[in-house]
Amino acid sequence: MQWETVIGLEIHAQLATQSKIFSGSATTFGAEPNTQASLIDLGMPGVLPVLNEEAVKMAVKFGLAIDAEIGRKSVFARKNYFYPDLPKGYQISQYELPIVGKGHLDITLEDGTVKRIGITRAHLEEDAGKSLHEDFHGMSGIDLNRAGTPLLEIVSEPDIRSAKEAVAYVKAIHALVRYLGICDGNMNEGSLRCDCNVSVRPKGQAEFGTRAEIKNVNSFRFIEKAINHEVQRQIELIEDGGKVIQETRLYDPNKDQTRSMRGKEEANDYRYFPDPDLLPVVIEQDFLDTVRATLPELPQQKRERFQAEFGLSAYDASVLSASREMADYFEKVAGICGDAKLAANWVMVELASLLNKSDLEIEQSPVSAEQLGGMILRIKDNTISGKIAKMVFEAMANGEGTADQIIEAKGLKQVTDSGAIESMLNEVLAANAEQVEQYRASDEAKRGKMFGFFVGQAMKASKGKANPQQVNELLKKKLEG
Amino acid sequence: MALERSDVEKIAHLARLGLNEADLPRTTETLNNILGLIDQMQAVDTAGIEPLAHPLEATQRLRADAVSEENRRDAYQAIAPAVQDGLYLVPKVIE
Amino acid sequence: MHQLTLAEIARGLAAKEFSSVELTRALLARIHQLDPQLNAFISVTEDLALQQAQAADARRAAGENGALLGAPIAHKDLFCTQGVRTSCGSKILDNFVAPYNATVVEKLANAGAVSLGKLNMDEFAMGSANESSHYGPVKNPWDLERVPGGSSGGSAAAVAARLLPAATGTDTGGSIRQPAALTNLTGLKPTYGRVSRWGMIAYASSLDQGGPLARTAEDCALMLQAMAGFDPKDSTSVDQPLDDYLGELNKPLDGLRIGLPKEYFGAGLDPRIAEIVMASVEELKKLGASVKEISLPNMKHAIPAYYVIAPAEASSNLSRFDGVRFGYRCANPENLEDLYKRSRAEGFGEEVKRRIMVGTYALSAGYYDAYYLQAQKIRRLIKNDFMAAFAEVDVILGPTTPSPAWKLGEKNNDPVAQYLEDIYTITANLAGLPGLSMPAGFADGLPVGVQLLAPYFQEARLLNVAHRYQQATDWHTRAPAGF
Repeated sequence: MQWETVIGLEIHAQLATQSKIFSGSATTFGAEPNTQASLIDLGMPGVLPVLNEEAVKMAVKFGLAIDAEIGRKSVFARKNYFYPDLPKGYQISQYELPIVGKGHLDITLEDGTVKRIGITRAHLEEDAGKSLHEDFHGMSGIDLNRAGTPLLEIVSEPDIRSAKEAVAYVKAIHALVRYLGICDGNMNEGSLRCDCNVSVRPKGQAEFGTRAEIKNVNSFRFIEKAINHEVQRQIELIEDGGKVIQETRLYDPNKDQTRSMRGKEEANDYRYFPDPDLLPVVIEQDFLDTVRATLPELPQQKRERFQAEFGLSAYDASVLSASREMADYFEKVAGICGDAKLAANWVMVELASLLNKSDLEIEQSPVSAEQLGGMILRIKDNTISGKIAKMVFEAMANGEGTADQIIEAKGLKQVTDSGAIESMLNEVLAANAEQVEQYRASDEAKRGKMFGFFVGQAMKASKGKANPQQVNELLKKKLEG
Repeated sequence: MALERSDVEKIAHLARLGLNEADLPRTTETLNNILGLIDQMQAVDTAGIEPLAHPLEATQRLRADAVSEENRRDAYQAIAPAVQDGLYLVPKVIE
Repeated sequence: MHQLTLAEIARGLAAKEFSSVELTRALLARIHQLDPQLNAFISVTEDLALQQAQAADARRAAGENGALLGAPIAHKDLFCTQGVRTSCGSKILDNFVAPYNATVVEKLANAGAVSLGKLNMDEFAMGSANESSHYGPVKNPWDLERVPGGSSGGSAAAVAARLLPAATGTDTGGSIRQPAALTNLTGLKPTYGRVSRWGMIAYASSLDQGGPLARTAEDCALMLQAMAGFDPKDSTSVDQPLDDYLGELNKPLDGLRIGLPKEYFGAGLDPRIAEIVMASVEELKKLGASVKEISLPNMKHAIPAYYVIAPAEASSNLSRFDGVRFGYRCANPENLEDLYKRSRAEGFGEEVKRRIMVGTYALSAGYYDAYYLQAQKIRRLIKNDFMAAFAEVDVILGPTTPSPAWKLGEKNNDPVAQYLEDIYTITANLAGLPGLSMPAGFADGLPVGVQLLAPYFQEARLLNVAHRYQQATDWHTRAPAGF
């Protein structure tokens, strides 16, 4: 049977505020346990929450960026359950009236097609603390530093049809929140976390199958693996005559397995009700306008502009706009060298492979946009060839200076004096007299192949510095004689 | 809507209140008496009435995003039942 | 010295007739001598009190002259006091030394008030007899076999017995006004949002409000002036300037329109109380007021609505008492669930557990609409009734309680009977209105209170009416025999 996968994602993005959503504690990652847990974060008797303005602004920013209806009146509710990392015995979240309503986000798939993913809602809530399961004589340790960190929970429609699409969607959200400056997107530190609701159904069937929720899958790679594994598990289960049960599962990256989380599925009854310690959040038009004015150019707008302004392909434009840092870098290089396509090539090929090899983010690139742009300028004005440029690039990556300094120091300047090239060619042809004879005796097809040999010899003799175009032209003239 | 013993057990579990077997019948009876009082409310016609969550119906004030708290862990943990290495200790959490 | 009101103490301190240290010592001695009969105090903070008294005397010597500077008071034991146990009348917080001060505590301390200790109360403020305290019941100084009312029963008993001139209390369904009525005191529940709830351990967040209990309206005005005001730490606190409560006390009552809700005078009201209430109306008429019958048709639904909303909020508010970060933890928990269930079962008393259960049920899946939402709709109907009434009258007057103080243990086994005692007081909490109870007479030797309700933020009006009434009558000056 042909199966279709149906996926909906819940993404929790930690908002990049200075202080927590309801208290004045710092939100810095990695502090000593419980040193950033104030009276409010600890749920001490008698304490009260007051809402952080920046968290509201960030949520609204996100809403505007996904073209969503902004909840002009949103309400915080209590989600009641007992867990040691939840100090008050309830999580302050939004239930019936979220701050961000229905919106959507377009994702670009690998083949360049664009797919629109619906976003059901996004709401503000507080993060929980952490249970550390190291063994304290059979006890767990609770760190509440993270408790009260603002989260935006972004809930997608079940519009996603494959693990690859899921990854593309998460990447798009990741890029968007970073563009907006509302989340640092650091998945290792849990700044962006993903729960995947996965189900399968026979192709063509309208109703959804029973879904399982995979909790806390925290890297792009794991999202893909966890979903693929879960899809496989469900298909095998059904084909063996079994039934998928609605449950929460945990992905174990070491075993590449999902497993059922015991206890979590026991009839949860969260007893949501409006938090009486907080009042409805009303977003006035002024507030909305102010936030709207701070919106940067978004990935999609950038993508479209790159295509229109620079004539880039849809794929190149989407790669180069994947992050704000990448786009800024590219635009700077293109601006300096005045050749967007060449800039795009260098950023996407040589720079990307350099960064990939050394596991660096673009903002940590050892070659600055100024350096790369300067180097491309030298290609354009024929000071160096593309081949020499790779050497220069490598030298720049090693910290040897600007392209001009390197070209100067290493004597890499291209030879363009046709007299000098001619005499060099004469030497090459003389040294390979036999091949010259053969060439001249051959037909057109064979000549084509042999021509490359002479170019190679000539470049070798010039240590790569001869202008390849001139070498080609002169060589042809001489051989055709 | 009279509560049965099993309802009371379920509610007590949701509220994480240990129940004394011996007290269960009396607890059930008392709760049912209270629910009898509360259920008088069901007869009230509230069609079209907006629920009132706060008497003054004001709106939420927003706080500037600034760190105002310093580390007072020692003071806060001085009153905790069990701590080690700055962590609150609880019986092992099983996931 | 113990007979002095706050206002008299202020004058005495200003005139240097006595020092705050002298006064504090005298009252501490009186507490040691008499409180064993009453059980009004959970903690007496003698050393701290003397330090505060010395500091107050020093401030006065340096030229300061606030009305409460050096005046002894005490706090209901649900206001967090840094470094002092704050028990909320519960075993679960018996070992809880608060690491911070409630705003009310801070404000009164800044005004120079000297806190003598922490006052007994119904556990988590749930009760109207002060019999649910982990620290034992409080006795009514007017009859030691009777309850003082609750939940601010310790506050009421201590002030009525002249152990203190004034105390703080909180009122979620009548917990200031009802004990004030049962002990011949003046007690004021301000408008919801007028007094900060920061540091006031929550029972039902949308109903709780702190306020003063004292012997006179004038003293309540002095207390409220210091306690009230905007607090950025409480999202429900109202940013509106305070009135000059003292300054408005003496305004004449000419033209005052009093509304008498016919629903207040139906079956269930002790006829002796009805008579006393009507006598107070006559007195106010002499002072220039006019009277009009009004109707609050939805009042009869207030008790069911209240006993959904308050327990529902409480069930959630009290989840933080889990034996993890503070408070009581059961011995040798076998696992996490055992830790929760036993710590809470052993730490909470019967009434608290009962209300947690009711609230949990009311919020649970499938019942939310029928209970919580329905109760909130009724809440609006009740508010609407008041809004309509206040279009016609300036204040609403009626009994504070259906009967005078009952015998200890009399209603212990019947929670529903106790809940019905709240009938006259809880509507003000549901609507968020200010309410005041003042002494108005005696039924067979037991004090009877009259309740006044006013529109939002008209605390000054309530204090003004009560003060003028107290200028013309002497019920509030009567002291219980032996105190």
